Amino acid sequence: MASQKRIAKELSECMANPPAGMRVSLANDADVHKWHIVLEGPPNTPYVGGTFGLVIVLPPEYPFKAPVVTFATRIYHPNVTNDTPGKICLGLLKTENWKPSFKIQTVLQAVRGLLVEPQPDDPLEARIADEFRSDRKEFEKNARQYVTQYAKGPVKFDKKLTSTAGDAAATPGASSS
Amino acid sequence: MDSEDDFMSAVSSGDDVHLDDSDNDDMSGADDFDFDDEPDPDLGMPKDIMQKKRVAYDISFKVFQPSDIQKQQDDLINEVNLILDISKEEAAILLRYFRWNKERLIEDYMDKSRQVLDAAGLAHTTTSLPKLEVIPGFVCDICCEDGEGLQSFAIKCGHRYCVDCYRHYLSQKIREEGEAARIQCPADGCSLIIDARSLDLLVTPELTERYHALLNRTYVEDKDNLKWCPAPDCQNAIECGVKKKDLDKVVPTVSCLCSHRFCFGCILSDHQPAPCNLVKRWLKKCADDSETANWISANTKECPKCNSTIEKNGGCNHMTCRKCRHEFCWMCMGPWSEHGTSWYNCNRFEERSGTEARDAQAKSRVSLERYLHYYNRYANHEQSARLDQDIYHKTEKKMVQLQRESGMSWIEVQYLNSASQALQTCRQTLMWTYAFAFYLARNNLTEIFEDNQKDLEMAVEALSEMFEKPVTELADPKLKVVIMDKTSYCSKRRVILLEDTAQNLAEGRWTFNVDLTGSGSNDGPSTTR
Repeated sequence: MASQKRIAKELSECMANPPAGMRVSLANDADVHKWHIVLEGPPNTPYVGGTFGLVIVLPPEYPFKAPVVTFATRIYHPNVTNDTPGKICLGLLKTENWKPSFKIQTVLQAVRGLLVEPQPDDPLEARIADEFRSDRKEFEKNARQYVTQYAKGPVKFDKKLTSTAGDAAATPGASSS
Repeated sequence: MDSEDDFMSAVSSGDDVHLDDSDNDDMSGADDFDFDDEPDPDLGMPKDIMQKKRVAYDISFKVFQPSDIQKQQDDLINEVNLILDISKEEAAILLRYFRWNKERLIEDYMDKSRQVLDAAGLAHTTTSLPKLEVIPGFVCDICCEDGEGLQSFAIKCGHRYCVDCYRHYLSQKIREEGEAARIQCPADGCSLIIDARSLDLLVTPELTERYHALLNRTYVEDKDNLKWCPAPDCQNAIECGVKKKDLDKVVPTVSCLCSHRFCFGCILSDHQPAPCNLVKRWLKKCADDSETANWISANTKECPKCNSTIEKNGGCNHMTCRKCRHEFCWMCMGPWSEHGTSWYNCNRFEERSGTEARDAQAKSRVSLERYLHYYNRYANHEQSARLDQDIYHKTEKKMVQLQRESGMSWIEVQYLNSASQALQTCRQTLMWTYAFAFYLARNNLTEIFEDNQKDLEMAVEALSEMFEKPVTELADPKLKVVIMDKTSYCSKRRVILLEDTAQNLAEGRWTFNVDLTGSGSNDGPSTTR
């Protein structure tokens, strides 16, 4: 398959020279289409001190189709669904915007950028977006509390959750709306 | 469901004709010719009348076949190509960017060609034709292949990728995403649009065909005065000048070459005389549960104290609310204590404490009855149209038989076809007159409207009755004349009704009992603001 070479190259680049604050590995060595990323909460954000797991699934048509990126760790963020796996709203990954010349590096940087600068005008969690806009202090408090609760210690990539096909049932306690 | 039924019956009628053909070979050629090209003699009559004096509801429109659509684009492209001295592919991209507004394109281009080219995704340079190249030491940035003799391609921006990746990219866009007019260079941040000539060079003819079909689609979709005919398998487009803002004044009914009649405003099938907004509202009302709520309020009462909904299940009018234990009289809704022991001679209807509740219930009962009155007639005509068609198909089969036995020619039995078609059209109109009437506020005009409606309905029922006659009677020349007369009378009554409604609509004389302009978009039934 034509994409193997490209993926192998991107993988070796990402492993040798990972983007700032990230560690890249394969979910299992036999499959280059599923990546595990450990992302450090960027400094000067409420996420600092937390470690977040990201799962990247490359479709068979990659790079002609966009990868699917999800958070394996719960995160309090306007652009990430408040459940596991957390789905991300990222313009870059939308079909009409994706280009085969985009790299996973680009995607990872965009995800990190989202943590540094949330986009409340394009929210997946409208309530959190509202809070982000109107009561920044409360938002940061909640985000930090989520970090303490979910993002401390080594990242656990749940086998079940790394598949992108089925949505795991919402965890009890997930706030809706 | 309806359209499927129609489609099925159309197919079966086609089979009948075909069957007849094979039985009667030397006639079939002439028959087919008549069927396709000549207007039916009887139906022609009312049509002629309509064409002679332009009636108020008649709007002008044109039907374009796929070749016409292609030609229109080519003409515009050639014109821009000549005036602006740019290639045809670039002219096409520019035209698409300007939504085929040639005048604005030329004006803007003359004014600020650089910005226009940038915005439309075109390069500034005019270089040689696109071609595949083998460049030594080339590595494709998409698949990372670097084999010797690897063919590569780039559009004017120079972002070069191997041919395989380019092809894959294009087929992904065209086949999976249905994109054509705005496929950009695959490079990160490059917004140059891939032109038709480059595409033709890269992909298979099959994909090129799809690409051009998609481009044609965007042409029709980009232009406000063009719309596709919604009939299944019809590839024609209709041009009509009626603007969206005029839709409260006119019901722009157009008729495609495929004989499908539809409203240019909302693409639903012919809904004259009701304007689009009314139709949208009516369909929504019929579809959702708003009448369930009305039923509840008409058939249940609320406890005067705690407002629980109560349905009476026994004969006794002395009610005790289960919830709050309030005792009241079902008849007058007043407290039971006021009744004392004299209930069986209860004359408490004038009692003040109950009147309000009674009024509210009476109101929703009247409203429900009113809706059902119109809805039943609306639904009935819809159903009758279907049944008329069924009977017609049965009759048609027998006519074919009769034709063979009695020696009548094919054309001589076509009056039944015309009658059936007139019946269908009139029933469709009648159907919508009831939706229309539901929203009409009463005044002098509604009386005239109702008279017209009554006349058309009577004419339609009289004609419909004819179809129930046995075939042997139908073949009687006298009855044939009667049917033809009734057919043309029906069509005339329909013209009169539509003319009256259309004229009053155009002049804004109808008053509706709801605000139709307010619910233009797909909002809820409430008429706030």
